[in-house]
Amino acid sequence: MAIHPPPATAGFTLPSYERQPGVHPPLDFADYRSTALRAPSRPLVLLPHRLTEITGPLLGEGRVTAADADLTAGSGGEALGQRIIVTGRVLDSRGNPVPGTLIEVWQANAAGRYAHSADSHPAPLDPNFTGAGRCLTDSEGRYRFLTIRPGAYPWRNHPNAWRPAHIHFSLFGRAFPQRLVTQMYFADDPLFGQDPIFNSIPDPRARQRLIARFDLGLTEPERALGYEWDIVLRGRDGCVFEQRDGQR
Amino acid sequence: MSAGITPSQTVGPFLSIGLPWPDGPFVVPEGTPGAVTITGRVTDGAGAGVPDALVETWQADPAGRFGHPDDPRGAPGAGAGTQAGFRGFGRCPTGPDGSYRIVTVKPGPLPSPDGGTEAPHLDVSVFARGLLDRVVTRLYFPDEVAANEADPVLASAGEPARVATLISQAVPGNPAELRFDIRLQGERETVFFDV
Repeated sequence: MAIHPPPATAGFTLPSYERQPGVHPPLDFADYRSTALRAPSRPLVLLPHRLTEITGPLLGEGRVTAADADLTAGSGGEALGQRIIVTGRVLDSRGNPVPGTLIEVWQANAAGRYAHSADSHPAPLDPNFTGAGRCLTDSEGRYRFLTIRPGAYPWRNHPNAWRPAHIHFSLFGRAFPQRLVTQMYFADDPLFGQDPIFNSIPDPRARQRLIARFDLGLTEPERALGYEWDIVLRGRDGCVFEQRDGQR
Repeated sequence: MSAGITPSQTVGPFLSIGLPWPDGPFVVPEGTPGAVTITGRVTDGAGAGVPDALVETWQADPAGRFGHPDDPRGAPGAGAGTQAGFRGFGRCPTGPDGSYRIVTVKPGPLPSPDGGTEAPHLDVSVFARGLLDRVVTRLYFPDEVAANEADPVLASAGEPARVATLISQAVPGNPAELRFDIRLQGERETVFFDV
């Protein structure tokens, strides 16, 4: 644990987390119809980072067991579908690993059906697949899930609309501006072109950062196919505390 | 040189599979002396409740301290006001009518880097289907009139009617409860911040 400087009586310097305009989707995006009544109509007010923003919940200890990273082990047997490993590192935009951070995932089953009462897609449920998992990143920011490759599914956004196969990810990072909820996709999905959620990301290069890479080297022989996906959270702008980054 | 960050995507309609925790709404354990319950509704541009949202809160403890290594004032010390079981973080999915509740304690005021003081507040995130990124607002307290008037973030929020959307409301007859509605769009739309 680092030694902290004593508090100044008046005026002190705080780190700030960098902004990368054009990476996140706009809130108002007409092609995704659900934004119509939910996106704020007034411009956002810039909030410079103060104490509440440069801190954040450091959760997970006691909240996660090793078994939580295996989504394939149902209470009555193994889940159906193609077993996959999804692994990678959580980094900040300065290249520092983000250790000890909680990752929560949820997804549809192999048939494209969520274990949720509001999912009316008439594809079969799998009693051995709830589709929820969680883990903590290790000291190098690494995470690993064993799960089932999710199926694509239809929705009613536009005629013949289908969501590309995806896994929902939720991350806290180490500070409030690093909080991220996103979706991981699979390479070469033929449904990308018609999906307004994927295409809501303005920069096509940034869209590619949501696509996991197949890696035969990560595959477990005779067991599960391997995919690698790194997640990059906002790093700090130049700041006085940066020298401590490698120690936490 | 910075690496490109990972873009946000909507939390979707099925977040309740993966995100709610049984103890999520409890920033402090139930029954904590001085606890206050914050209740409200998340509503859309038509005034309808948003039944598939997630509300998250983050705040200092009653002494205005964070149990976080980046707080330059150091860790909360014994007697600094940190209560046993204080987590700082709350999380609650909305119900069928868009309602949520968070059980917490009022945070202390915070020193501002520019030498001023921030009034007691919570940072509040809302995730939902139809939100391609979270929206972030702040909750302030109605019994802090002078501190709110001096708060630099409230001062940045615009005209008084806009600022009013950030101040929770007392509940008559129940001093242990506060009301904080979050209107995503339209009339009396809540002020949201670019964090």
